[in-house]
Amino acid sequence: MINNNSKTILDVRGLCANIDSTKILKGIDITVKSGEIHAIMGLNGSGKSTFAKVLAGHSAYEVTAGSVQLNEQDLLTLSPEERALAGIFLAFQYPIEIPGVANSQFLRLAYNTVQTQRGKEELDPLEFDDFVREKMKLLDMNPDFLDRSVNEGFSGGEKKRNEILQMALLEPQLSILDETDSGLDIDALKIVANGVNQITNKDNATIIVTHYQRLLDYIVPDYVHVMQAGRIVKTGGKELAHELETRGYDWISSDNTANAGATV
Amino acid sequence: MNDIVCHDYFESLLQLLPNKDSNSTEALSWLKQLKADAIDQVGKQRLPTLRDEEWRFTDISPLTKLPYRPSLAVCNLQLADIEHLFLAETNNRLVFVDGHYVPELSDIIDNENLIVGNLSELLATQSSSIQPHLGQYAKFQENIFTAQNTAFLQDGALISIARNTSIAAPVHLLFIATQSEVTSYARCLLVGDTGSNVTFIEDFVALQEGAYVTNAVTEICLAANAQAKHYRIQRENNKAFHLANCAVSLAHASRYESINIALGAQISRFNFDAKLTDEAAECNIDGLTLIADKQLSDTHTNIDHLKPNGTSQQQHKCIIDDAAHAVFNGKIMVRPQAQQTNSAQSSRNLLLSSQAHVDTKPQLEIFADDVKCAHGATVGQLDHEELFYLQSRGLSENAARNLLTYAFGAEIINRIPISSLRQQLEQIVLKQTQSR
Repeated sequence: MINNNSKTILDVRGLCANIDSTKILKGIDITVKSGEIHAIMGLNGSGKSTFAKVLAGHSAYEVTAGSVQLNEQDLLTLSPEERALAGIFLAFQYPIEIPGVANSQFLRLAYNTVQTQRGKEELDPLEFDDFVREKMKLLDMNPDFLDRSVNEGFSGGEKKRNEILQMALLEPQLSILDETDSGLDIDALKIVANGVNQITNKDNATIIVTHYQRLLDYIVPDYVHVMQAGRIVKTGGKELAHELETRGYDWISSDNTANAGATV
Repeated sequence: MNDIVCHDYFESLLQLLPNKDSNSTEALSWLKQLKADAIDQVGKQRLPTLRDEEWRFTDISPLTKLPYRPSLAVCNLQLADIEHLFLAETNNRLVFVDGHYVPELSDIIDNENLIVGNLSELLATQSSSIQPHLGQYAKFQENIFTAQNTAFLQDGALISIARNTSIAAPVHLLFIATQSEVTSYARCLLVGDTGSNVTFIEDFVALQEGAYVTNAVTEICLAANAQAKHYRIQRENNKAFHLANCAVSLAHASRYESINIALGAQISRFNFDAKLTDEAAECNIDGLTLIADKQLSDTHTNIDHLKPNGTSQQQHKCIIDDAAHAVFNGKIMVRPQAQQTNSAQSSRNLLLSSQAHVDTKPQLEIFADDVKCAHGATVGQLDHEELFYLQSRGLSENAARNLLTYAFGAEIINRIPISSLRQQLEQIVLKQTQSR
């Protein structure tokens, strides 16, 4: 929801980033306030997933210019774990499998690490078990997930639900969902969307990175940004997503050649 | 290494053989003959060197500097000293201290369907059932250390399960090193009759810090439809030499499953040989080697499919830190008759330092044309994407590294169904992987 009085959570100015000296992000500007849901859409290779990873601090990307502030704190000097503790959460497009570590162990470790940092009490295994089972109901997850190794042998939908479960546990200020809809059938999509909707509130914010409009039928964005060649070339309301769905992306590039410049 | 030194090594060992054995079992002529043959073999063979194909990565020449005398049959341990090594799930426990059986520390609840005890004592009553098996699977003609073990054969574990008997509680064999500068001979014979089922643990532990040699031989014979689960933990001290041979013979539709964990010893070598001698036998062996400092740990396995419809599966993992060196050689032999064999092998290795070293060699020799065999080997460091994933959940880089390293090993340890043993091992792996 848009509320002009709410505070700015994320402020990105002129962000440029490279991978292996190839320019991917070429000057991103975006402001996200508490309570807002932003969608970033764009074709493959437009840089939207890179933007998500740069926000989370992936070491493969080098930030060459610009600034990123989270709650008026410089994010770019922080390590990935410091960003997580500061309130960033990235739901991965391809969550990593960790055979040998039970999901419950991993979830509790992540939860307690973040709790300790926030000056709160850790939960012991029994307390955590009650807590996590409650959160799992939100995502219609089978408790068996706790005993299995992290993401090992999970279906695409199960992995994504496990990501949203982590989001629910860690209670981030800013959640970034990177192509969370990819590989989900419509039922799984609804469950994931429902989970996200229950987590969002007036004090946190969400960025949804997606290819397709379909997830946005269930998580309704306040803003839709279109990325092309490493820049945000158009910003609109939720109706922009529908327009993209029917008209494709081509009309934007012709409208914005002056802005976007030549693609590399 | 020169051959004269090697020759001297075994010469000096042989001179340590007891001349006259007071033990009455020596009256058994077949046993006398077996030992005489083994002694003969020790004389004929030489210590392997890097020039031998089977030993080309593993230099055991440091062994020649230590012609350790056989250990003494003296035990100063009380139950309280070793209670921490006991496993709640087991009810038969045989304790061998420096290779010698110690009845005071052992606990035997056998019955007519399960014979468990000291080999040298049971020879008196079970000679006719031991004779067809002892020394028949671990061939000393082919291995000098097996020959040496057989030449010095005294105490050992015998586990014999009657036809169609399923033994619920695992049998625990505990081999404890307390003397330094000695050679201990560990021996085990397991005979599973038709349709029997048993689980047993071999646990090699040290309660002292000096150097010593453990020479272990395990023989397992499974009759038709018999099953055995075998968990082998090698946690000798880091000055020890551990030389082990394990041989398994599998009859029709029998099934052998093992997990071999190698943690200790300065130099260790584990040879495993399984022969699937009849149709539809199954052999699943997993392994984890976790070493650091200058440890050298070598695992050589050989699964020999002789008859059709056999199955074998193997996953071997190594975690190598500091300047340690791991060797894995996994041979799968599929003989011409062994059609419809289904075999899968994987060797995965995690190097934690720039000086860590692994030599891995999957070796498939397939002479049948209708088989399914898969194998693969990977050597690597921790994956950056995996680390980033954990860091993005708030874990420090170190915590993330430790967790991934632990997980790599825990994947094997988690397969051990004996929870007290699994917990002991989890603690060891946790300690070793969290030390950075």
